[in-house]
Amino acid sequence: MRRLFFDALIRPPLSERPPSLDAAAEHELAAALGREARKRLGRSLSIREVDAGSCNGCELEINALNNPFYDIERFGIRFVASPRHADVLLVTGPVTKNMREALKRTYDAVPNPKWVVAAGGCARDGGCFAGSYAVVGGVSEVVPVDLHIPGCPPSPTDILKGLLALLAANA
Amino acid sequence: MSALTDLFRTDRVQHHGPCPRAAVDSAVWDFACGELAEGRWTLLGLWGETDTVHMALLEEQAGEIGIISLPSRDGRYPSVGRRHPPAINLERAIHDLFGLEAEGLADTRPWLDHGNWGMRHPLGSREPGGSPSPYEFLQAEGPGLNQIAVGPVHAGIIEPGHFRFTANGETVVRLEERLGYTHKGIEGLMIGADLERAVRLASRTSGDSTVAYALAFSQAAEAALRMEVPPRAVWIRALMVELERLANHLGDIGAICNDASFSFMHAHCGALRERVLRAAHIAFGHRLMRDGVVPGGVAVDLDAEKWNAIRTVVAEIRRQFPKLIAIYDDTSSLQNRTVTTGVLAPELARRYGVGGYVGRASGRNFDARRMAGCSPYDVLRFDVPVLVEGDVNARVWIRIREVEQSLSLVEQIADQLPAGQIRGVIAAVHEPREGFALVEGFRGDVLAWLRLGADGSVVRCHLRDPSWFQWPLLEAVIEGNIVADFPLCNKSFNCSYSGHDL
Repeated sequence: MRRLFFDALIRPPLSERPPSLDAAAEHELAAALGREARKRLGRSLSIREVDAGSCNGCELEINALNNPFYDIERFGIRFVASPRHADVLLVTGPVTKNMREALKRTYDAVPNPKWVVAAGGCARDGGCFAGSYAVVGGVSEVVPVDLHIPGCPPSPTDILKGLLALLAANA
Repeated sequence: MSALTDLFRTDRVQHHGPCPRAAVDSAVWDFACGELAEGRWTLLGLWGETDTVHMALLEEQAGEIGIISLPSRDGRYPSVGRRHPPAINLERAIHDLFGLEAEGLADTRPWLDHGNWGMRHPLGSREPGGSPSPYEFLQAEGPGLNQIAVGPVHAGIIEPGHFRFTANGETVVRLEERLGYTHKGIEGLMIGADLERAVRLASRTSGDSTVAYALAFSQAAEAALRMEVPPRAVWIRALMVELERLANHLGDIGAICNDASFSFMHAHCGALRERVLRAAHIAFGHRLMRDGVVPGGVAVDLDAEKWNAIRTVVAEIRRQFPKLIAIYDDTSSLQNRTVTTGVLAPELARRYGVGGYVGRASGRNFDARRMAGCSPYDVLRFDVPVLVEGDVNARVWIRIREVEQSLSLVEQIADQLPAGQIRGVIAAVHEPREGFALVEGFRGDVLAWLRLGADGSVVRCHLRDPSWFQWPLLEAVIEGNIVADFPLCNKSFNCSYSGHDL
């Protein structure tokens, strides 16, 4: 383990290495998002994630924001365990009828001012699950949505981009 | 000739493949329940139709699979769960969706139906009604017991479900799960869908297994239509399944360590997982390889540049992974949390026919990739790791060994990929057809059963996630452990909510 720690000390961090995917845009985005978050919310933006019925694909990509490549915490953005600690509710999935009440209660538990970001095609309009007896539809059917991030699922870069847009609009 | 194949000598349904299906009477149904209860056969699946119940059976020794179908009488059928507990939640789901009643089933509480749909039995009578009513959790009584209610919205970035713990101090006396929150009615949406829409729905049943689901559905459709898939497509499919397994296992190994507060492993494994996803994006145009597998073949072909991305990531994992495993093995504070925690007894694993790393960490030597005719695995070299300890540590080690096997499989596929077409033509058959498939996803065996109408659209599609047989065992393994070890047990199972709730 010492060897790996040592490597980590002498090598550049993963997050600054040019990743193979859309490297320039990613870096620019990350820096811009950091500035906006600082202006608007001091050095912190707390996000509570709610899966309102997704296939778990969106969760995988939201989780990826915490990996060393994206390392979202370096911008002061972090995921919190309780809606009561959150500024932003990040909602995924077509809202199922079995999750409607839980989503609404979670929204009500977030203190003002608050924003809702709906991530993924399903969260916009129910996606390919729209019309099912068990599905309400998009997130905006249940709680007011400030921003939709398209994708099935949106990539971590897309999600970062979306959070930037939200902050820019509210700054 | 095995005992299971005896059931299909007569009354075998036409146009069902590749395994046989037979319409049976209640005597044969009862006999099968007995074989399950005695542990001679394994329950692979149990699902409903308007007036029929189907049961998929596996005779593990002989490697035989068969499906028996029993017409319901006045909306009833003899309960399997009465004698064979793994069927209980499946029968509760059949009742919620179709209104068919399992005679003799003790647990008649609703499962997927939380009373919010505005109708009852949405795939059966569709009668208006239903309203939310308090769910009666099973009782645990005694001095000093307290309840801890968790969910459906959990603390992490995970799917929704409710856990009701009864604990004495730190020690868990009982855990009961309540699921169904992510029920999207996928099997309802399947009805009448053409193959193109249906495979999209199937591949959105559980996002982490999107390749496995698309493959299971496509194989069932191809079996029904008796169509040949070009060899190159078969091999590219296997490549995608193994990349999916790699990405998920790497993520899981890190996440399990993270639940023991060992974030170092999480960071390193997370980076390796990210590299796999980026290679997948380069190779298949999508990080999770969604919609890459389609009935008839695959949607994307590979070229030298794409192979280069895949070979690079395999080499990188081969360099980094052994160092990480040495750390896992050498860190006593981590071992302290994972060894002897959440033990699943081999007997219980066998009875539940539990698949994937959960079964293989508890002595169940089953992997759908080794079933007869599972191409291209029949010509590839790989081991199926099996351990008997059944604890969190064993489930980590099965994943570690499977990462190594998947790396080898990817390399073998890279060296031997046949040339040719990647997609066959789906010809109309103008008659009803049925197909079945069992695919080894990262989590375990995904079952797909499909009936197509004469016009080629879906009449009925059933998808059974491996989680159906894993969730009840998570309730069993946590007993006697401390509450703080639940995240470890839970992550080491990593059951799918969406795949289960459907």
